[in-house]
Amino acid sequence: MRVLMFGWEFPPHITGGLGTACYGLTKGLVKYGVEVLFVVPRAFGDETKDGFRLIDASEVLLDFKESFTQDYWNQIKFMEIGSNLVPYVGPEDFEQIVTEDILVSKEQGQSVFSKNYRFSGKYGPNLMEEVSRYALIASSIAGMQKFDVIHAHDWLTYPAGVAAKKISKKPLIVHVHATEFDRSGENVNQNVYDIERKGMEEADLIITVSNFTRQIVIEKYGIPSEKVITVHNAVEPADPPEFEIAQKHVKEKVVTFLGRVTYQKGPDYFVEAAHKVLKKDSNVRFVMAGSGDLLNRMIRRVAQLRIATKFHFTGFLAGQEVDTMFAMSDVYVMPSVSEPFGISPLEAMRSNVPVVISKQSGVAEVLKHALKVDFWDIDALSDAIYGILHYEGLRKMFFKYGKEEVDNLKWENAALNVIEVYKQAVNK
Amino acid sequence: MRSICLYFQVHQPFRLRTYRFFNIGHDHQYYDDYQNRHIIRRVAEKSYLPANKMILDLIREFGSGFKISYSISGTALDQFTLYVPEVIQSFQELARTGSVEFIAETYAHSLASLGKRDEFLRQVTLHIQKIEKLFGVKPTTFRNTELIYSDQIGENIAELGFHTMLTEGAKHILGWKSPNFLYCNTINPKLKLLLRNFRLSDDLTFRFSDRSWSEWPLTTDKFVKWLNALNSHEEVVNIFMDYETIGEHQWKETGIFDFFKHLPSQVYAHSNYGFFTPEDLYQRLQTVASISVPYPISWADEERDLTAWRGNELQDEAFEKLYSYDQKVRNCDDPAIQRDWQYLQTSNHFYYMCTKWFSAGEVHRYFNPYGSPYEAFINYMNVLSDFMIRVDNFYDSKQKSIDRSKKITKKPAKIAAESLKKKSKKTKSVTKESVEKSVKKPKLENNFKKLNFDDIVQLSDRRIKELIKKIDIQTLSSAMKGADNKTKIKVEKNLGKRALSVYKEMLNKLKNLTSTEVSKYRKQIVKEINKTSK
Repeated sequence: MRVLMFGWEFPPHITGGLGTACYGLTKGLVKYGVEVLFVVPRAFGDETKDGFRLIDASEVLLDFKESFTQDYWNQIKFMEIGSNLVPYVGPEDFEQIVTEDILVSKEQGQSVFSKNYRFSGKYGPNLMEEVSRYALIASSIAGMQKFDVIHAHDWLTYPAGVAAKKISKKPLIVHVHATEFDRSGENVNQNVYDIERKGMEEADLIITVSNFTRQIVIEKYGIPSEKVITVHNAVEPADPPEFEIAQKHVKEKVVTFLGRVTYQKGPDYFVEAAHKVLKKDSNVRFVMAGSGDLLNRMIRRVAQLRIATKFHFTGFLAGQEVDTMFAMSDVYVMPSVSEPFGISPLEAMRSNVPVVISKQSGVAEVLKHALKVDFWDIDALSDAIYGILHYEGLRKMFFKYGKEEVDNLKWENAALNVIEVYKQAVNK
Repeated sequence: MRSICLYFQVHQPFRLRTYRFFNIGHDHQYYDDYQNRHIIRRVAEKSYLPANKMILDLIREFGSGFKISYSISGTALDQFTLYVPEVIQSFQELARTGSVEFIAETYAHSLASLGKRDEFLRQVTLHIQKIEKLFGVKPTTFRNTELIYSDQIGENIAELGFHTMLTEGAKHILGWKSPNFLYCNTINPKLKLLLRNFRLSDDLTFRFSDRSWSEWPLTTDKFVKWLNALNSHEEVVNIFMDYETIGEHQWKETGIFDFFKHLPSQVYAHSNYGFFTPEDLYQRLQTVASISVPYPISWADEERDLTAWRGNELQDEAFEKLYSYDQKVRNCDDPAIQRDWQYLQTSNHFYYMCTKWFSAGEVHRYFNPYGSPYEAFINYMNVLSDFMIRVDNFYDSKQKSIDRSKKITKKPAKIAAESLKKKSKKTKSVTKESVEKSVKKPKLENNFKKLNFDDIVQLSDRRIKELIKKIDIQTLSSAMKGADNKTKIKVEKNLGKRALSVYKEMLNKLKNLTSTEVSKYRKQIVKEINKTSK
């Protein structure tokens, strides 16, 4: 079987869980003999590609005289909007993006049609433009390559998937890693919602990363339930550390939040819980690792609560720093308001760190050896943290079973389920 | 005549409320009153009350031909008293018929039998007292929590004077033997054992309403046929189950009430069986062999072992922490602490921490208020932490009062003698009185000896400091005017630097204070000293 797969990012150039998930899944598929043509907007050249082809969309030349490209462009005109939407934006890009903002909206019309478009390969204000452009190139690739199924990851690539389907008449599977409702709460960006919905409607089958997301797809996008199949994410087995993991230098127990400091991740609940725990036990330190639009508000709140000597901010962490952070942690907390899956708790457990996760997360569906609380229930959240810190039996249990449980969540198994979905789509 | 022994377990735990760590240390309300009341009322309405009525009717119809036995845990009885007293009345009515045997167990349906011998025996005694008080009979048969049994537990029970005990007819201990005989304990053969026939019991408990079961529907007709099909040498069929099976686990609609209603008539019409209590069987039957059970068994799950309550890290830590306070609690004569000590030992708390249900066990989820064993553990440990603090506090304050009374009794004569020497006229009369008192009633004043102003010298520095905190510096300095040097030094060395300078200044200013005023201030101080000493 040959799959044309559309993604937006690929390790090591990642800004969120999407790239990691795509990589793990692709590797799993390759193991079972599936050929994968993976299309990314811009390849940097140093991507890890074990046994599958990575196509750099920037390298694909377009001939605009070809009628299908023109036809397609007419069809996807609706996506051409100068949006200020900034999903998933890396902190280091933030300033740059804001200054570019005005320029981008001016140039948009022509740049899409320039012959060899440079994709930024990152998420930013010209995202909508890139999405359109990506779709255009998709249709070109679809005309040139041979494959059995199209697999598109998240809304950014749905238009590409839909375009490829129009050209090739092959079944389309869209893979929902997150929805607009997860990213923005109830203040949904209508354009993104429309793209998502259109992609889901056009798709032959839909894969969601959790039942939690499946429910959103069915209820909020009006998709018939028999079309939506849950395939839970997995986690890569831990590589032995190449460097010496730093030991923590404080005598207190460390409780960690690691993720984007945005509405979706519920950082404010973490701060409030920290306050409650510190009132009872000052022998704990809290760390908020990550960056995002709510970061300043969190800092202010921490100051206001007078807990700043025990509550620390690290800013954005990547690669080795993340492992170091886990190595120093005694509890990992993910109080997400809405988390389609959430791979980071699995990474924490892989490092033998007990986790407290919100029930509003997909990962809660697959984990047994984790404490689960409602994200809004600060009392329960702080109680869970306190429990792990004080009751030895809990930590013993998590040490014994947590790592083992995570090690059993293999991408190969997820890949097998995805292959089942391919077969179902082909035979439909 | 062959025997059927019907025995029902009646138990409800005091379920804990959601108890957060920030409640530890000041909030001692542990139980979910709403849920406990709600559940026990529901079960009473669906099961206990209608089942009791049915049993009563059967006893009235068959006279001594229908006998039955119950064990009702202390926690269940306490909840009946609190929320549905009519259940107690209906059991009392059953008790009056004389056809019902009440079986002893641990008061709190606890796991104390697992290595906590003294506590175990204490709890059994508590339960016996409760049963005697409510039903006017002294139990002679014992049934341990969830039929937990081992040779050792059996021996302990025999020591308490019981002659019969019930337990599970677990396959792995019986081997080729049949449960349908009377056995005995291997260490002390005086203790007889009745073993549950788990196949016939579970047919009623678990399979009765299961439509996918090949034997469904189970009628009394069919059941009596099975009884008749047993080897004719076998003497007794022990049907042991939760009382809630009738009406709660198996709803009324499944026909469970009709089954029991028609069982006796069917048995007497078509078989040579009769209904007997464990006490009857002890009189009627001969033991065939002893049974060796070196490791504890129970009636729970497929394994019939202790893994539902013990074994994982959570359960073991909770168990060890709880019983590390065994000795301390025994020395606390506070009724609230004693009550909570019982209720916290109830085995259900440990059952909720069982991780087995991750793989199997709808049974474990039944009535389980927690989402996961981890939640159950955290909540229990929070409550236990508070309980331990309470015990510690109680223990400490008791210890202190013992220490203090020791000190005072040692020295009353000395204090009195020294007091007499004091020159101050105003205090003299008071001192005399107190000396007389102390001489006359030395016992009474152990704890409440009234101290007077001159006793300040005898006080510990710590208490002087406490005293200084409570009174203002003006009162202090006024009272110290004209006091003897010893007292002055004693007070001054306990004052802080700044306080001392203020105090000295005050003393200078207060030169023309009258002696009545001084004595007024001194009284104030004496009052304060006596307050702090209590």
